Amino acid sequence: MDIAEIKRPENIVYRKPALITDNVMHYCPGCSHGTVHKLIAEVIDEMGIQESTIGISPVGCSVFAYNYIDIDWEEAAHGRAPALASATKRLCPDKHVFTYQGDGDLASIGTAEIIHACSRGENIVVIFINNGIYGMTGGQMAPTTLIGMKTSTTPYGRDPRLNGFPMVIADMISHLDGTAYITRQSVHTAAAVRKAKSAIRKAFEYSEKNIGLSFVEIVSTCNSGWKMSPVAANSWMVENMFKKYPIGDIKDVLK
Amino acid sequence: MAEKILMKGNEAIAISAIRNGVDGYFGYPITPQSEVMETLMKEKPWETSGMVVLQAESETSAVNMIYGGACCGKKVMTSSSSPGVSLMCEGISYMAGAELPCVIVDVMRGGPGLGTIQPSQSDYDMIVKGGGHGDFHNIVIAPASAQDMYDFVDWGFDLAFRYRNPVIILADGIIGQMMEKVEMHPVKPRRTAEDILRDAPWATTGKTAGRPRNIITSLSLDSDIQEVFNQKLSRKYAEIEAKEVKYIEYLTEDAEYLFVAFGCASRICEAAVDELRQDGIKAGLLRPVTLYPYPFTRVSELSARMKSVMSIELNLGQMVTDVRLAVEGRCPVGFYGRQGGNIFTPEEIVDAFKKFNNLK
Repeated sequence: MDIAEIKRPENIVYRKPALITDNVMHYCPGCSHGTVHKLIAEVIDEMGIQESTIGISPVGCSVFAYNYIDIDWEEAAHGRAPALASATKRLCPDKHVFTYQGDGDLASIGTAEIIHACSRGENIVVIFINNGIYGMTGGQMAPTTLIGMKTSTTPYGRDPRLNGFPMVIADMISHLDGTAYITRQSVHTAAAVRKAKSAIRKAFEYSEKNIGLSFVEIVSTCNSGWKMSPVAANSWMVENMFKKYPIGDIKDVLK
Repeated sequence: MAEKILMKGNEAIAISAIRNGVDGYFGYPITPQSEVMETLMKEKPWETSGMVVLQAESETSAVNMIYGGACCGKKVMTSSSSPGVSLMCEGISYMAGAELPCVIVDVMRGGPGLGTIQPSQSDYDMIVKGGGHGDFHNIVIAPASAQDMYDFVDWGFDLAFRYRNPVIILADGIIGQMMEKVEMHPVKPRRTAEDILRDAPWATTGKTAGRPRNIITSLSLDSDIQEVFNQKLSRKYAEIEAKEVKYIEYLTEDAEYLFVAFGCASRICEAAVDELRQDGIKAGLLRPVTLYPYPFTRVSELSARMKSVMSIELNLGQMVTDVRLAVEGRCPVGFYGRQGGNIFTPEEIVDAFKKFNNLK
C-alpha cells in the first residue's frame, strides 16, 4: 500500500479546521490558546456561521487571535471586549458575537465590562482563558493567581495579606440574572478537548436564543509563564488549578 | 417652512440623532448633559427608526461600545462632560488608531478634577491637542447655539465617515442647557445593510466568500509598519486642514482690533464688539467653528492689519496659544477669561479690552 492509497478522504481522522488560517501561530508550544482557537474555528464552521460571526479579541497573548480564525474581528482595548461585543450585538442582532479574553483582561482591568455585560444579559458568548498569570507581559500575577503561586510580581508566592485572594469569576457571575450558561472546562486531555468543544458549541447555540450571556471558562496552562514543561504544566494544573477552579457546568437556565 | 421647536441644546443633540439616522447612542449620566440620554430614552427611537440607545456602566464602557458599533460601520455616538470625557480618551485614541468614524459630544464644565457642574471651556487643550495617547488628531467642531447642536450631529457624521476619524462636538454647559428655537431639517433614514456594505467595505459585517476577513485594530508591533501608518494619518490630517477649516467673522472688514472666541464665548463677545462699536472703536470678531482644523491662516491674515488680537475664553487661556501661533508677533496678543463655571458679561470683556489696549 503506497501513500497515495492511504491518503483517501475516508481514511482522514484529523485535519486542520477549515477556518484556521495558514499564519504561523505565535503561541508557545504547550499553550492552551491554540487548542481553544481550533475548537472555536471548528464550531463556527460546523454551525455554518462564518458569515455571521464577529470575534472580539483582547489585549494579552491572544491579542492576535484575529490572525488565526478566518472571520471578521474587532480588536479591543485591554478589558473592554464585552463593551464592544454588547454594542456590536445590539446593533447587529442577527450576528453571532463572541469575545475571547484572558484572565488579566477579563478578571482584572475588565471586571466592570464583563460583570455589566452579564448583568444586562447581552446575547453574546464569552470565552475566558484562565491560566492564573499574565502571559504576554512576562508572567505577572493575575487576579486568578493561586495562593502561594510564584509569578514575576509575586516572586515569593502570592500572599493574600499582600496580594489579596484569587477571584473566581465564573461563580461570581452565575449569580447575575442576565447569564444563561456558565461552564468551566479545560483542554489538557483528548476527553477534555471534546467536552470543551461541546461547551463552546452550546454557548454559540444559546446566543441564538436571546436568553442571555454564555460564558465558557477554559482553565489553561501557561507553561512558559509557569516555567514548566508542557506535560508538567498540565499535571500542575490538574493538581492545583482544578481545586480552586473545578471543572463542570455552573449554570444552565435551560436545564 | 421647516418646523421650529423650543428646546435645550442637549435635547437638540438627541432629537437630531434620531432624525439624522443615527444607529446607536451609548452614554453615561453626567451633569450638565444628562438630558441627551434622558431625551433619547423618552423618545424611544428603537420603536421608530430602530436606533439603539443604551446606558453603559461607565464612560469607559460607553466609548468602547461606540468603538464596537463603529467597527460594524454603524453611525454611533456618545456624549459626556469633562470628567467623563477624560475617561473616554482611551477609547478615542483607539478609534483614531483604528480609523473609526464616531461622534462624541463634550458638554464642558469647570475643572480640574470633579470641578464644578457649571459651564466652562476647560477642555480645549485636552480635546484639540490631545484626546488620548499617541500621535493623532480629533476633528473638533464647536457649536454656539442649540441650532448648532442640532446641525453639528449630521455634519459631524459626515466628517467622521468621510475621513474615518473621531469627531468631537466641543460644547459647554451654556449651549447644552440653554433653550432656543431649533429648526428641524428633513428626516434622514438610517442606512441600510446594503448602504453600509457599499460605504464601509472595511467594516465587520461578517466575512463573506470573496473578500478577506475585515480586522479592525490599532495594533502593530513593527515600528516600520506603524510609521507608515502614522504617515498615512499625517496625510489625512493635511487633507482635513486643507479642506475643512470653518470660521465665522463678525464686523472684521474695517476692524482695527480683533477678538477670537469660540462657542458660547463668541456670542458674548459679539455683544462686546457691538458695545465697542458704539464707542467708536472698530472691533471685530472671528469665531473658529472648527477648532481642529484651526483657522490659523485667516487669523494670521487678519492680524496683519490689527492693532491687537484678544482671545476670549471661559478658561485660563488655552486657545490663546493657537492665536499667538497664528499672529506670529504681528501685533500684541491678549487674553481675557473667567473660570470655574463663571461667565463673563460683555461689559467685562470691554473693560479687559480697554485695559489691554490702554484705551479709556
